[in-house]
Order: sequence, then structure tokens, then C-alpha cells
Amino acid sequence: MTTTAPRPSSRPARTPAAAEELPQRGAVGRFWRESFIVFRRQMRMNLRNPAWVIIGMLQPVLYLLLFGPLLEPVIAQLGPGINQYTWFVPGMLVQLGIFGAFFAGFSLIGEWREGVIEAERVTPASRTALLVGRLGRDLLQLFVQAVILVALGTALGMDASVGGVVVGVLLTLLLGGACAAASNALALTTKSEDVMAPVINLVMMPVLLLSGILLPMTFGAAWLDRLADFMPIRHVVDAVRGAFFGDFDLATMGWGVGWSVVLFALALWWGTAVFRKENA
Amino acid sequence: MITARGLVQTFRTGRGRARTDVHAVRGVDLDVAEGEVVGFLGPNGAGKTTTLRMLTTLLRPTAGTATVAGYDVATQAVQVRRSIGYVSQAGSTYSGAFAGDEVIDHGMLYGMSHADAVRRGQGLFDDLQLEGLWRRRPKSMSGGQKRRLDIVMGLVHEPSLVFLDEPTTGLDPQARANLWGHISALRDRKGATVFLTTHYLDEADALADRIVIIDRGEIVASDTADNLKAQVAGDLVVLEVAADDQVATAHERLRVLAGRAEVDGRRVSARVPRAGRAVPGLLRDLGSEGVSLDSIEVARPTLDDVFLTLTGRSLRDAEQPEQPEQPGHPEQPGDPNDQEVA
Ligand SMILES: Nc1ncnc2c1ncn2[C@@H]1O[C@H](COP(=O)(O)OP(=O)(O)OP(=O)(O)O)[C@@H](O)[C@H]1O
Ligand SMILES: [Mg+2]
Repeated sequence: MTTTAPRPSSRPARTPAAAEELPQRGAVGRFWRESFIVFRRQMRMNLRNPAWVIIGMLQPVLYLLLFGPLLEPVIAQLGPGINQYTWFVPGMLVQLGIFGAFFAGFSLIGEWREGVIEAERVTPASRTALLVGRLGRDLLQLFVQAVILVALGTALGMDASVGGVVVGVLLTLLLGGACAAASNALALTTKSEDVMAPVINLVMMPVLLLSGILLPMTFGAAWLDRLADFMPIRHVVDAVRGAFFGDFDLATMGWGVGWSVVLFALALWWGTAVFRKENA
Repeated sequence: MITARGLVQTFRTGRGRARTDVHAVRGVDLDVAEGEVVGFLGPNGAGKTTTLRMLTTLLRPTAGTATVAGYDVATQAVQVRRSIGYVSQAGSTYSGAFAGDEVIDHGMLYGMSHADAVRRGQGLFDDLQLEGLWRRRPKSMSGGQKRRLDIVMGLVHEPSLVFLDEPTTGLDPQARANLWGHISALRDRKGATVFLTTHYLDEADALADRIVIIDRGEIVASDTADNLKAQVAGDLVVLEVAADDQVATAHERLRVLAGRAEVDGRRVSARVPRAGRAVPGLLRDLGSEGVSLDSIEVARPTLDDVFLTLTGRSLRDAEQPEQPEQPGHPEQPGDPNDQEVA
């Protein structure tokens, strides 16, 4: 059985494609617009999932209320007059930043599986924008958590300057962005939750142990302290903590800011490369 | 609109000693003119999707060059992307997002305004009979509805060159006919160029000006449907006679018409050139000789017939996976993570 559709022979001139309007916009404007489209799409999907919102909000609260009291005696040993929350909140902040961001990539695997990534990659959108839009979602989540953490910490007696908090949160966002970008890159490289989960655990362990997030590295043996110097995130933690205490020591801040910027730049480059890579 | 020379794609799969090369596309040349509708046919695993992914900049060719809409796919990828639309075989929307939102965002990534994307998207929803599904999630759509949503995604920005990878899989006959109408209209009303893959000769026949057949990564034919079918010696006519003693007469009649005929029980079959013209006379003759029929079937040549003529293999055989050339290592190469869902 054969059905043959009639084929009129006349072929009118083709109408201009929507794409031809594009060059009117500058490259930078286009980049932010594309990033925003991706960001808005991600936010829409996440906000529709109440569990995501509630867990995101609850995380900092639980950490502070349930874990804070546990640390009280430890902080007391650091020396007299050290406010435990001023010491503890920055650690929590960085931990939230790293943990939350590292898991950001998992949702990307689901999107890849459904063909969404390929559909986005076939559009003229900048590959970096495809990544940055997603980072925007992760950074917004982190920012909201940071605000909750700082507000609650202040209510509990944290004593930090506004400037210090701003610098500390900015550093955390930079580090969180780096981790989220790396997580997205890892997701698109492995394309499998089963491969990605152990890799993340493998990375998390030394980070947690050697960064002084929960306990000061200076508590342990000198060799451990030296070893921790090789952990970039330790320097970021030190800088965030320094900022909260209003102690803007040049070396501490220099290392912290330097590492955050370097890690962020590297991760952004890696993430873009993965989105650009054929076969992703 | 499309020019490809010596396109090659070799995938590496497996790791270490289990590593093998999959020669998905081995030197494809293509020329598609503006306003042409080309059907790209081939069995599973022939390399259709891989070719399309190279032409749409999703996959960098291992070797060879291609120009699409006047731009080089390797060095001017962004310009190529701006000029084309692509409907992938695998889907394009997130199951948990609203269909309409996905369409709008996709259009906007092409630079459309929000209002344009809505207007055009909803127009396509109407055209493709997806009315009322704008605020439905793909996970609660039927397979055919999801397929049509993918097509909306690929067409929302009104591309003048469209790549469709098996657009009609999973569509019921009515939806398929409707989509055919829509694809024809793309060309007839908008002057668009269409490059579509399919497994069905009737589909390529209904839509395409020209059919390109690919097998094992190589182009084996490129011609109009009529010319390709003419290479097969006619339409298949199958008669089922009512009584055993009439088989010989029917066989003789068909043999005269076709040159040779085959008998299988009470079924007599032959390839008859231009069966449409020959059958009325055949029926008259059979009637006057007292042969009564239980049934008569006339089938136009299928892709399988054309394929068999061109390659000497039936489509079924062609789908058997090739034995990969393995350097003396018995393990199968399959690392499932390397295999993409095609
Ligand atoms: N990412 C990949 N890695 C390894 N091999 C691949 C990959 N993608 C495709 N292949 C292989 O390349 C060959 C061609 O695949 P392709 O998807 O192009 O076939 P196709 O003609 O589109 O088939 P179908 O009709 O089933 O869609 C197949 O043997 C397939 O297994
Ligand atoms: Mg395919």
C-alpha cells in the first residue's frame, strides 16, 4: 500500500528564520540571556519539588541546632573568649557549600538520559551558558542556606561583623560554584549515578578530614596540620573563618581567595569543556 | 544545503584489552539541495543517527568534512546550529517539566522572544494535534504524544533546514499521516529543506524527493523512490486459489505474466511489473478458466525488497550485529556506560 501526498511544484522563497534576528544582540548580552533561560528552567523544576525546598532549608537549621551543642566543649579548648558560633558557622557554611554542590550533578544525569542535554547542545546557546545557568540554581540554593545559617547563628549569639560575613559568604559561593561545576562535569563524563557516587565519596573523605571544617586542624599532630596545608579547601575554610572573626590576615585571606578563584576557574573550564565535547 | 565528503565516525568502546573500534560511519558523501526533501533509509545500526549527529554538530567527525547551510560543521558550529532544527531519535524534554515550558525555553535558546515562542509553540501543538497538552508533563503523555512534542521542539524556531531522526516511530496511522502532511507543508509553504531518517519505504516514498540508503556505514543508493523500486522486478502478487486442482492453471497464468511464479500449497505468487495494470486482466482470465480465488494480495516493493536487491541481504540479516574485529580477546567489549542510547 502506498500513499503519495500531492507535491505542488511551486516553492515559495523561504521565510527568514528566527535565528537571523540574533546578531542584533551583543555576545555578552546573549550569554546572560541564555544563562538566565537555563537558570529559570532549572529553578522551575526544583521549586516544583517541595522536598527539595524543605530539605534545603532544614539542612542548615538542623546542623546548627543539633551539631552546634556537640562542639561547645571542643571550642572551649581553643582558648578563652572564642565565640563558638562564630567559629562553627563558617565551617557549616563551607560544608553546606561543598556537600550540596557536589550532589548537584546527579540531576544532570537524569536530564542527559532523557535527551535534554543533547537538545540544548543542538541550539546555538553558549556551552558555558548551559553550565552557568545550572550553577546559578546551585548558588541561589547555597545563598539562601547561607542566609538562614547566618541569621540563625546570629540569633544564637554569633558575633561577626557584617563585612566579615559578606566576604565569608562570597568565598563560600565561589567554592560552592567550583564544586557544582565540577559535579556537573563529572556527571556528564560518567553519565551514571553508580559511577559518580563512589567518586564523590572518594573526593569528599579527604576534604572532610583535612579541611578543618568541623574541628580545627591545629588540634591534631603537627604532621596532620602540614598535610592539611595541601588541601586547597582548608585554606578557604581558614579564610572564611578569618573573615567571620574580622581577622583579615593577608596570608590567610590571600591563600583562601586565591584558591577559591583558581578552583572556580578550573571547574568552570572543565564543565564548559564537557558540555562542548562531542558525544556528551 | 548539505554537502558532506568522506564523513567517518569511529567510536571507541571498552577499555584496556577489551577495547574495540566501532566503525559506525565509513565515508559518507551527501549532497542535498535547498528545498529538497531527502529520506535517509537503513536498517538498525546502519549509521543514520550517527551521520545526523555529525551534520548537526553534536558529534565531531573522525574524518571528512561537511558543510550545512553554507557553514562548516567543525569550524562554524554555532552558525550551523542557528540554521537548523533537529528532532532526535531519543527525545528532548524532561519528563517532569511542563511540555509548554520546555518548548518555550527551547525556542528562546534559539533567540526567539518569549511571545514568539509561545505563539509558534502553541500553533505547532494545534497542527500536530496536541491540543490541551501544553501544561501536561511528558511523563504523563502517551508515546506518540511525546514523539510529537519532540517534533514541536525541533520546529519551534522555524528552521529552514530540518533534520528528523525517525520522526514517526510510535505514531498511530492517523498521526503519522498528519505528520506527513505537516512535513510536506514545511517544504511547500516555507521552502524548508528536510532530511529525515526512516525504516519505512512507504514513508520515504510519500515524503521524499530522493531516497538515500545507508548500510553498514556506507551509502549504497541515492535515487528517487520510483527508480529504486524499478530496480526490484515489480510488485508482489499473491493468489490463494479455492481448490487444489486449480493451482496449476493459476501458476501458468501468473508465469505468463511475470516470467516465473512460485507455488506454496494453494498460494501462488510472482513479481509482476506494474501489477496495477496487469491484475484486472489476470482476474478476467482466471475467471474465464474457472479458477476461483480465496484472496488476492498486491504489494508494492518494500524497503526490504529494495534492500535485498541492492545489497543481496535482507533487512533482517543486515540487523545482525557485525562481529567486531577483536585481537584474540574473548570478552565482550560492552561497557554499557560507553554505549549511548541511540
Ligand atoms: N556512542 C556510541 N559509542 C559506540 N558505538 C556507537 C555509539 N553510537 C552508535 N554506535 C554504534 O554505531 C552504529 C551506528 O549507530 P546509529 O545509531 O548511527 O544507527 P542507526 O542507523 O541510527 O540505527 P537505528 O535505526 O537503530 O536508529 C551502531 O553499530 C551503534 O552500535
Ligand atoms: Mg538511529
